[in-house]
Amino acid sequence: MTDGRSGLTFLSLSDAATMLRRRDVSSRELTQAALDRIAAVDGRVRAFITVTAERALAAADDADRRLAAGEAAPLLGVPVAIKDVLSTQGVPTTCGSKMLEGFVPPYDATVVSKLAAAGAVMVGKTNMDEFAMGSSTENSAFFPTHNPWDLERVPGGSSGGSAAAVAAGEATFSLGSDTGGSIRQPAALCGVVGMKPTYGRVSRYGLVAFASSLDQVGPFTRTVTDCALVLNAICGHDPCDSTSAPVETPDFTADLERGVSGLRLGVPREYMPDDLDPGVRKRVEEAIGALVAQGAQVDFGVPLPSTEAALAVYYIIAPSEASANLARYDGVKYGFSYQDGATMWENMEKTRGLGFGAEVKRRIMIGTYTLSAGYYDAYYLKAQKVRTVIRREFDEAFETYDALVAPVTPTPAFKLGEKTADPYAMYLNDVFTLPVNIAGLPGISVPCGFVDGLPVGLQVIGKPFDEATVLRVARAYEATANWAAARPAL
Amino acid sequence: MELPRETVLHIARLARVHLSDEEVATYARQLGDILGHFSVLERVDTEGVEPTAHTLALKNVMAPDESRPSLPRETVLEMAPNTEDGYLRVRAVLE
Repeated sequence: MTDGRSGLTFLSLSDAATMLRRRDVSSRELTQAALDRIAAVDGRVRAFITVTAERALAAADDADRRLAAGEAAPLLGVPVAIKDVLSTQGVPTTCGSKMLEGFVPPYDATVVSKLAAAGAVMVGKTNMDEFAMGSSTENSAFFPTHNPWDLERVPGGSSGGSAAAVAAGEATFSLGSDTGGSIRQPAALCGVVGMKPTYGRVSRYGLVAFASSLDQVGPFTRTVTDCALVLNAICGHDPCDSTSAPVETPDFTADLERGVSGLRLGVPREYMPDDLDPGVRKRVEEAIGALVAQGAQVDFGVPLPSTEAALAVYYIIAPSEASANLARYDGVKYGFSYQDGATMWENMEKTRGLGFGAEVKRRIMIGTYTLSAGYYDAYYLKAQKVRTVIRREFDEAFETYDALVAPVTPTPAFKLGEKTADPYAMYLNDVFTLPVNIAGLPGISVPCGFVDGLPVGLQVIGKPFDEATVLRVARAYEATANWAAARPAL
Repeated sequence: MELPRETVLHIARLARVHLSDEEVATYARQLGDILGHFSVLERVDTEGVEPTAHTLALKNVMAPDESRPSLPRETVLEMAPNTEDGYLRVRAVLE
């Protein structure tokens, strides 16, 4: 069997779980295959900041003992990659920043503990834009990640490492975080499934804070079913996060195969603008056509008129919250510390000036400006009011529609270096994803084909806490295609 | 629209971020450009609209007033660059 072990690295999570349960493969074999794959391709992809081979093999042996004892859990023994924004006890957590280079957290994020309890095997921590600020993973302080489908192109961001790791067969699934599209956009550009759950669905405890009212943790997987399985494991109320919602976690796999017959789906007018990349438009329209063929009732031209203001709302609210959250990096408690100044203030200002990269400083500056005396009402308060308007427009659409479908990104993956000179051009990548964070809704990116060899994503957006319908629509589309079988030539 | 240099320096001071002269010039240009794009907000009518701080219908989340174990003092101090006698050490705040 020529693809022997590399065949293991592209298994879906549910297939891997079935094979593990039947003892057709051991967790150690699966984990070793992932580690071998990382050794073989990550020199080119650069998805990982830290590879935790020894810990992974020990965790795999532990999983094999649990499997031998007859325990059956969907994630038990399956290799996972974790975005380096999630705190991992005893394993360096850098957030892609020099500020936290060498920082080893004393505790696990809640989602990390949940995955460990479920028996998932962490193979490493993935690269990201510094403090999750960016759309290409080029803002990592260490190195950029490359898109497995075209190494000259970006994987998207900020969770570019986690998306690329799954696309390149380096892990069966991964976790990322999404503040304005940081899961869905790289999932689309790398051709994998990526979901941002409803705000409050997943605990943010141990997720290094960027913008606390927008941040949410979510999975990257190869299939929609896998996405539901990971959600089952990571969702739920957490007393350690007072913004985690006190709601029941349903079985997200329950409605997956119900199809879309009878569902009403809307396509937001503002998400299909005239300047949308023609290739992206074609793929998304074909995907919508496939949903119609499955019995969905689809209306185009659903108005979300404040969409054009969403980018401004986001780039006021997120930097404002970031400027407050990142005040903690003072060189006193942990992390990078400049010590050669004459005064405490000089040390603190140089710690922050030298420890943060250009985009992080840019956003701290924007946020500090929009919160500062004289500008607060015109920028921050106004943005919060427009946030209410954006949420209401979604609420109104959901009075008629069960879910909304749209592109994830305006274009397929762009070249490394193409947009780094113009921050605002980079921000435009998230124009279809960040309104979903502003309104706190669940959204998924599911692969819907290729344009010139580059993956394209279909976005499905749902009502708050209605991940079930989002997954059901995504699964119905996925069942009409077989994009998960496509693999990048690495 | 470029931000005045003094404004950039004032904001950097508020944020406690040291910027090089080159960074001050770059941010004056880039922040001016980004802030210019924010004028789109003026086109949205927000008369009588309440602001949204977060999207959950949660308010004043209470926790029981019970003590719980926290991280050991040594663990926390181990992470710090400069400590003395069980405290974090910084340069004198008051001259």
